[in-house]
This record gives sequence, C-alpha cells and structure tokens, in this order.
Amino acid sequence: MSKLSTYQPKSSLSRWFDERLPLPRLMHDSVNAFPTPRNLNYWYTFGGVLTFCLITQIITGIVLAMHYTPNAELAFGSVEHIMRNVNYGWLIRYVHAVGASMFFLAVYVHIFRGLYYGSYKAPRELLWILGVVIYLLMTATAFMGYVLPWGQMSFWGATVITNLFSAIPIVGGTVTEWLWGGFAVDNSTLNRFFSLHYLLPFMIFGVVILHIWSLHVTGNNNPIGISVKDEHDTVPFSPYYTVKDGFALVCFLILFAWFIFYNPNILGHSDNYIEANPLSTPAHIVPEWYLLPFYAILRAIPSKIGGVLFMFAAIGILFLLPWLDTSKIRSATFRPLYKQFFWIFLANCLVLGYLGSQNPEGGYLIASRICTAYYFIHFLVVFPLLGIIETPKPLPESITKSVLEKIKTKKIDEKK
Amino acid sequence: MCKSINFSKIRQLSLSLLGVCILIASSSNFSFASGEDVSKVKEQDWTFSGVFGYYDRAELQRGFQVYKEVCSSCHSMKYVYYRNLSEPGGPGFSTDEAKAIAAEFSVTDGPDSNGDMFERNALPSDKFVSPFENNVIARMSNGGALPPDLSLIAKARSTERGFPMWIVDLFTGYQEQGVDYVYALLNGYEDMPSDFNLQDGMNYNKYYPGNQIAMYSPLSADIVEYADGTEATVENMSKDVSAFLMWTAEPKLEARKKMGFKVIIFLFILAGLLYLSKKKIWARLDH
Repeated sequence: MSKLSTYQPKSSLSRWFDERLPLPRLMHDSVNAFPTPRNLNYWYTFGGVLTFCLITQIITGIVLAMHYTPNAELAFGSVEHIMRNVNYGWLIRYVHAVGASMFFLAVYVHIFRGLYYGSYKAPRELLWILGVVIYLLMTATAFMGYVLPWGQMSFWGATVITNLFSAIPIVGGTVTEWLWGGFAVDNSTLNRFFSLHYLLPFMIFGVVILHIWSLHVTGNNNPIGISVKDEHDTVPFSPYYTVKDGFALVCFLILFAWFIFYNPNILGHSDNYIEANPLSTPAHIVPEWYLLPFYAILRAIPSKIGGVLFMFAAIGILFLLPWLDTSKIRSATFRPLYKQFFWIFLANCLVLGYLGSQNPEGGYLIASRICTAYYFIHFLVVFPLLGIIETPKPLPESITKSVLEKIKTKKIDEKK
Repeated sequence: MCKSINFSKIRQLSLSLLGVCILIASSSNFSFASGEDVSKVKEQDWTFSGVFGYYDRAELQRGFQVYKEVCSSCHSMKYVYYRNLSEPGGPGFSTDEAKAIAAEFSVTDGPDSNGDMFERNALPSDKFVSPFENNVIARMSNGGALPPDLSLIAKARSTERGFPMWIVDLFTGYQEQGVDYVYALLNGYEDMPSDFNLQDGMNYNKYYPGNQIAMYSPLSADIVEYADGTEATVENMSKDVSAFLMWTAEPKLEARKKMGFKVIIFLFILAGLLYLSKKKIWARLDH
C-alpha cells in the first residue's frame, strides 16, 4: 500500500502544527486518503458499525454510571431510578442494553465475513488475532455488564460462570474466592464487576486502535481476496467508503432503533426484572443470546473441567486459525469446497446457540455433543485438509478487471 | 466425493437455519412459564401495544382503584411514587387528586429536631406505602408465601411463545407477554382436575407454573365499585389492573413509542439521502 503521505497543509497554522505534531497528517492519511480496494461489498461496512457501537456503549455507559449505584442493596433500585426518575434515563439504559446485543450482532457478521473471505490469512494474521482479543474482551465486558442490574439472571448467571473457575485443579477454590471477594457472589463481587465493566471498554478501545493500525499497514482484504496491484484497484477511503459505510450504518441504526423503541426487553430475560435473591434459583439459568453457543459447548462435555476447557478452547482456537488453514486462496468465492463448509459451520454455530437455550437433556444433549464435535473438527480437520484436496477456481487477474467484468455482464444482461 | 454435495441446497438450508437460529437464540424470554400442565396464555388487545400504543387513562384509573382496594392489601409497589399518578403518560390524575390519594396514607418520617420519628400524611413525593413493614411480616401474614412487589411484575413475567411466534415477536414488537400472563393468571382460577394433588393452603390456577399458587383468587364480581359505571366483572377488573401494572412497569412507554416513530422516520429519510449520495459519488468511477 502507499506509504507516502499525500497530506498538503493548506494554511500556515496547519503547517505550523504539522511540523510539531502531525496529527492532521495522520488523520488525512488514514481516513481521507487511505487507499481502499474498490470492490468491497456491504459485508465490509461492519467495521464502521462496530466502531459506532463501541463509542455508543462507552458514552451511554458513562452517563449510566453517573446514576447507578454498585451496591447489592441498592443496584436494582438504582436501575429503576434511572428508568423512572432520570430525564431520558429509560432511553439511555435501553440504548445501552439493546446496544450490547447489536454490538454482538455486528461483531458476528464481521467475524463470519472474515471467515468467508479469508481475511485472517497472510499478511493479516495479527489483524485477525487482535480481532479475537477484542471479541474476548467484549464477552467479558458484556458478561460483567449483565450482572450490574442485580436481577435474578444477573446474580445466577454470575454464580454459574464464576463457579466454573472452581473446576481448576488445586487452586480452583482460591481463585473463585478471589474473584468473588468473599465466599459467594455478593456485594464485593458486584463492586469489582462494576469497576472492571468500566475499565474493559477502554481496553477494547485501545486494542481497536491497534486493530485499525494493523489494517492500515496491510490494507483491506476484499471479496475476491487477491492483493491490490496498483492504484487503479483502489479508491480513496473518503468519500467513497465514508458514504458507503455511512449508508450502511444508518440502515443498521433502523434495526437498532426498532429494538430500542418497540421491543427493548425481548433480547433480555424477564427474570432480570426480579431483584437478585440468593435463596431462590430461577427455573432455567441462561446467558444472553450472544453467549449461548459457548454455553452449549460448556454443558455438552460431561465433566466440569472438560466443559470449561472446551468452552475456552472454542474461542482460543480462533487464534490459531491463520495457521490451521492451509489454503493459499483467501476468498471462498474461488474455493468451491470451503464455501460449502463455511455455511455448514455457520449453521452449526447457530444450532449450538439454540441448544444453549435449551435444557441439556435427551436429544438436546446429544445434538449439542455432535455440534460441539463438529465445531472443533471444522478447525482441526476441515481447515487443514481442504487446502490440500481442494482445486480452487481460476483467480481474476486484478481487482479492477474483475469489477469491470462484472459491470460488463450486468450491462449485457440489462440489454437482454 | 464432495462435489456431489448439492451446494445450492446446503446454502439454502444453512441460510434458513441462520435466520431461525439467530431468532431462537435472541428470544430467550421463555423461561418463566414452564411445566407441562400450564395452559397457553392468550394474547389480549391492549391500547398500549404496537407502534402507536398509548395508555387508556380511564382504564389506568380503574386499574389503580382495583390495585388500591384489592391488591395493595398484600402487595407492595415500592418503585412507584404518588406523584407518578399525575405525571404525563400515566393514569392522568390531576396534581390535587394525586395529593389527596397520597394523603390517605401515612408514613414514618424523621428524626425531628428532638430526635424522634413521627407519623405524617404521605406526600406526592413519597413512594407507595407498603402493606407490610418488612418481608418477614409479609410472609407471616400470608401463610409463609411472600407476595411479590408489583411495580415491575408486568415485565418480570413472561409466557412461553413457542415456535414460530418468538420469531414473529421480534418484528411485530409484541412485548405484552408479561401483561398477558398477569391477565391470564387473574382469570386462571378454576376447579382443579379431580386427580390433582393440591397442597395445603395452595390454590389451583391453570396458568401458574406447577398450577399451585399461594395467592387465593383475589377478584370476584363487584368487589370494587367503579365510579364511571363500568361493570365490575372479573374480566374487566383484571384487564384494568393488568393495564395499570403495565404502566407501573413501563411508565415511559408512551414517550418511548412517540419518540421511536420520529427517530425511525428520520433514519429512513437519512438512509435515502445517503443512498443517493453514495450512488452519485460512486458514479464518478470509470465503468
């Protein structure tokens, strides 16, 4: 990609600034002029959507923290205080709660887009790994955020998840007590979760900067997966992709707004409007929808420590993906076999999500074991094997050629 | 060997699974009503459902009357203030009426300048006075069962919707699971089946999980006298009080739905403009 800066200071003030702290130059080169492949489709707009989601969560979260009280006696009431007495408190809280779901919806689209177009392959391995780190931090942040309203599902979700650490041999008990700050999930647990829930988003923000930095070194991958050859293959990020990402973001916001204003509670659990009660266990303890596939994996394994290991391995294995995939071809468009397995994998993850919401017994348990097995087989067998046995389709010569080709066939079709 | 797999079919299947599963997973709102013998809760017509939902003032006022005269003898409502009764988007009592309602109750305040606690009439700025001093007394007075606080009950309960309704619910904005359940429960007291094994002090209710509920049937015809002449049948009273409980659980519902309509219209217009701008800008590229 072009390493030479195209920034031209337009005034004496900006020249003065540029000689001392070239921040405008950095912004110009990485936002305005950044050369971006001209063939990115709408699946590539979710990076922008995710940045928006993160900033929205941080801003609404800061405002919520001004009114929220992290105390086991007062937390539930303080959330109701926000809903009832704080000006537009209901709006801020619903944006934050629905926003968490929307954030995960967008991140899943973003991850599966990366899987489909092979965005994790050389030279973008670190870009991918940073993405997995962000995702891990997101799950931790979301889990702790869900505990803060101190409803029944908050309390029992926290109890189930923190208890997992007691499965660690020898030190398990000590680690769990250390996490709780006591001998059960209680006020001190809530306090530290609040503190960490406030801290982690800023860590995510930091890793996002590294993620984008890395993206700007390697440049974007694209739907046909072949590297940019010359400047004809790219367009400046602004205005081409600012306007495209902007349009996609607003479409996403329509969905977002639908849930905020017309169905704000459907993505959560009704039990969380019951204040936490350590003496009464809910009939089913389920995590939020976005963690259900991992919950299914956890419960599919007949041993506690095994379940915990497999659950963490399910995310951990993503770190190894750049080296598990042996194919040199990036985009699934030119990989007839991989393309099929991609959809099978996606369906498998969704079925795991469904199974995570059901009781692990009978057919559901058998199904979650099969799906868990496939999840790991997909990474450990399918990815390495496909690169060896698959015959890829011929690749286009360049991005520009493939774009012009597409337009030509489209025009011929229109004439017909 | 793998080439024999029909690609388009797999893709079709996976795509439909995708839709189905995301939605299953996202509507995890189904845990409360479980158990095989629980009857299915029916959807009711509510003025506050849908995009243009609003509260019927008269209905909320009647519902408040039922709450005050019947429910509040056992159930607290600790997140609602008397002032809320006269706030916009609620039952629409005047400020004087809310003041008068508050004054019917007395609260302990203090300490005064001598360090003594004292009783005074409740003010609009006070929370609804609870029937029992604490949970222990509440349990003792109710055969060991704790009557739940009702402020949030219409959001803290749900109904099993089943396939495919949980998908439909996401896009119709159906969020009345809780209030439908409350209404059904109040109408769910029936003679139990002859083979049913009812525990001492429990009552049979066909909508309650497990069918055994500690609360006896609270409503009976003409237990309240409505000022506006509405007939005080069990159906009418339970409808009114359920609507009132929806308002106490979601007092900003009207403001929310009104704002949502404006926001979404604005977003559609903005999306249209951005789409046109995008087309125009991208037309600059050579074709």
